[in-house]
Amino acid sequence: MVKKQKKEMSSEKVIPHSEAATRFNKDTERVNWHDETLWFVREKRDKSAHQIPDWELLRETASQIKNNVLSNIHDYLIEFEANAQKNGIIVHWAADAKEHNQIVHSIMAKHEVKQMVKSKSMLTEECHLNDYLAEKGIEVIDSDLGEYIVQLRKEPPSHIVLPAIHLKKEDVSETFHEHLGTEKGNIDPQYLTESARLSLRNTFLTRKVALTGVNFAIAETGEIVVCTNEGNADMGAHLADVHIACMGFEKLIPERKHLGVFLRLLARSATGQPITTFSSHFKKPRAGKEIHIVIVDNGRSTQLGREDFRNSLKCIRCGACMNTCPVYRRSGGHSYHNAVAGPIGSILAPNLDMSKNADLPFASTLCGSCTNVCPVKIDIHDQLYKWRQVLVKEGHTPTAKTIAMNTMAKVLANPTIFNIAGKSGRFVMKNMPGLVNNKMNKWYDQREMPEVPEESFREWYKKNSREAKAKDNE
Amino acid sequence: MKIGLFIPCYVDQFYPKVGIATYELLQKLGCDVHFPMGQTCCGQPMANSGYQYLTKGCDANFIANFTGFDYIVCPSGSCVLHVKEHLHDEKQEEAATEMRKKVFELTEFITDILKVDSIDGNFPYRVGMHVSCHGQRGLKLSQMTELNAPFFSKPEQLLHNIKGLDLVSLSRKDECCGFGGTFCVTEEAVSVKMGQDRIKDHENHHVDYITGGDMSCLMHLEGILKRQKSPIKTIHIAEILNSLGN
Amino acid sequence: MSSKADILKKIKQNQPAFSADLPDLNLLSSENPDVLATYKTVLKNIGGDPVEVTSYAEILDYIKKNYALEKRIITTIPELSEIASLDWTSDDPHLLADVELNIIKAHFGVAENSALWVTDDVLGQRVSPFIAQYLAIIVHKKDILASMHQAYERIGNQQYGFGTFIAGPSKTADIEQSLVLGAHGARGLIVFMLD
Repeated sequence: MVKKQKKEMSSEKVIPHSEAATRFNKDTERVNWHDETLWFVREKRDKSAHQIPDWELLRETASQIKNNVLSNIHDYLIEFEANAQKNGIIVHWAADAKEHNQIVHSIMAKHEVKQMVKSKSMLTEECHLNDYLAEKGIEVIDSDLGEYIVQLRKEPPSHIVLPAIHLKKEDVSETFHEHLGTEKGNIDPQYLTESARLSLRNTFLTRKVALTGVNFAIAETGEIVVCTNEGNADMGAHLADVHIACMGFEKLIPERKHLGVFLRLLARSATGQPITTFSSHFKKPRAGKEIHIVIVDNGRSTQLGREDFRNSLKCIRCGACMNTCPVYRRSGGHSYHNAVAGPIGSILAPNLDMSKNADLPFASTLCGSCTNVCPVKIDIHDQLYKWRQVLVKEGHTPTAKTIAMNTMAKVLANPTIFNIAGKSGRFVMKNMPGLVNNKMNKWYDQREMPEVPEESFREWYKKNSREAKAKDNE
Repeated sequence: MKIGLFIPCYVDQFYPKVGIATYELLQKLGCDVHFPMGQTCCGQPMANSGYQYLTKGCDANFIANFTGFDYIVCPSGSCVLHVKEHLHDEKQEEAATEMRKKVFELTEFITDILKVDSIDGNFPYRVGMHVSCHGQRGLKLSQMTELNAPFFSKPEQLLHNIKGLDLVSLSRKDECCGFGGTFCVTEEAVSVKMGQDRIKDHENHHVDYITGGDMSCLMHLEGILKRQKSPIKTIHIAEILNSLGN
Repeated sequence: MSSKADILKKIKQNQPAFSADLPDLNLLSSENPDVLATYKTVLKNIGGDPVEVTSYAEILDYIKKNYALEKRIITTIPELSEIASLDWTSDDPHLLADVELNIIKAHFGVAENSALWVTDDVLGQRVSPFIAQYLAIIVHKKDILASMHQAYERIGNQQYGFGTFIAGPSKTADIEQSLVLGAHGARGLIVFMLD
């Protein structure tokens, strides 16, 4: 049964996806650009994937490895920690975002450092680390170019791989003019990138603590792998005294050789590149320096226990599902009000906060393209469907909708009522998604109603079917 | 071969000609076709909105109406997919399981069960094929562009012998139209934009008609086309396949 | 720490009871009839420059012709001491900020993605391939493998503190998906393919 409608609002107020998407669609040219740009990335992915004859087997293999990880993650984590410690790495465990942030801060405090350079880590976005450290008086500079841009603009990333994909070069030019003093109106990406390079080079050379994300952590060897195209993670980590690497526990893979599978899939799925420019394996700290790894739960162990949704933890954060998603391309990453947007974000977010993210599993047509591009074969669109069932049962849908659905169920279950309703008022016309010709009807805003025919199929059938004609001839 | 004709509720009421074309076509192909009068709706609108638990009545009614047929055939990939994936009944689960295997979308029924490769007909127009996501990615009626796998298309194959039909190759071969059930009103802005973009692709290829196997997609596209006062028309594939008439 | 115990306990409770088997990686084919041609094509596609050479003398000639020798050039390869310094490996890595060109040698390369495997024993300093404005990497033609599966077979249990695959110059497309070479690392990558 449906639980009583939940009255209390979630701690954070967010703009529902549909409303944010409506705003996003006010600027048609921009939506077209956003859609075409991401579609271009999807096409690059296709081209790259189709060059690998074994592509589908590779996906299946990756999926099986990740299934093995999910069922053995307890032991792999213990193995990983022991091996990492043997390598001289300091390992921390954080139950939630707050503890993660505290651990990172405590490392900074111990070294009496007030500045950090950070490469891309969606986990720190999920934990809102930057805000936390800012409150503690610590300055964080994001070094991935896209993240650097959005950080200067005080915006969250809108895509996990392409953080500034919602911006045009004119936007970046203005931001850089304001913050870096670049020429006003110079929108050349080469020039703008060079300006960021110069500014960030100084940052890399002066920071004593560098934080990076983790793409893969290998249980067998205790090493972590960080993939970038820019080289920013390495510039930070190899010049700092302390390298902090933060990872959700699902980043584990069993053995080093399994990297062969994942590194073949990751960049091809993400951008169509055969591999990222740098795939760096950190096993031991440099002499006299420190590597810290923070292993974070933050709801993941709960998700692991949800049988229908645990497969979402197989995600390797390639972003392919976003690029292919026709809804994401036309609503933008910010409309998902979650660190991870798009289809994968929509199945991860309700686990973190059902009330706040109840809209996200409905921000999909269930077209299934996401599932087909996923390199680890997560059944994303099936999970969206299943989240809808859970959210309804947990009382996260509007009361009016529940009442309407109950009426619909009663009528559709009973052919007699259905036929009466059909004749007198054409039940379907009133109850098919919004097919009522009035101002409240969202269908009619930009679409015409279907014409009402003289007779329904069943009325025709009664008169014209072979059976009916046979009867007439009797 | 005794066929239970499963006509989606909105096709029954808005697009009877699609039901008629399906009925006539199957008869021409030698099937003994019956339309059980007590059928209502497969329950998909509720299930996709998160209210699958309310569809038990629909399921029971579906089973009651479609018992005793060799096959159940429907001119909608979406409704068939729903039945195949979600038809259950605690009181008669065996019957439900059997029925899930017997239900077919029209074109796959023709190619896979009737083993008919192509159908004669006449439709002298430029046509774009809108593949419905549920038909394609759900029922695998045609190959999906995401996969590294050889091309096939059951609906396209059936159109090969239709005289005069000029099937265009779209730029985005299997992009969703944005209908999505209640999505079309709850996410109206994105839904309409997706539909407009889908239409643009067809326009760029100068089609006279957009066809497909799912009237729900076509109803959405038709609504936008009419609002735009576009000369492009929509037509269900059953109507083209039945173009020779009786 | 109590969090570790709590997390592990919860994971143990919630992870699937049955253990899914690990797949057989040998099913994935690594055949490539022409690894050298593939390697060069892929490298060019991602912005790198392949240069086939038969000796270190040729490498020296190439660098003399194409780079400003008055700028700082470093290497870990003794054969190149004529044009590059070798005595920087114990310095503070920050002092490499003014390096124009770094020339190193890779253990092997991978044809399918043009990546080159380097570890700290051939890097001199971990930051060296990232901080230099330009990078040149030497690889023996016989050390170019077909795929990543063969690459990890070759790596096996190799011991290293740090290792990385480098494929092409550092790059970004974060501004409107326009590709720009030279994001934070090297602006250009030459791969000397040595007989």
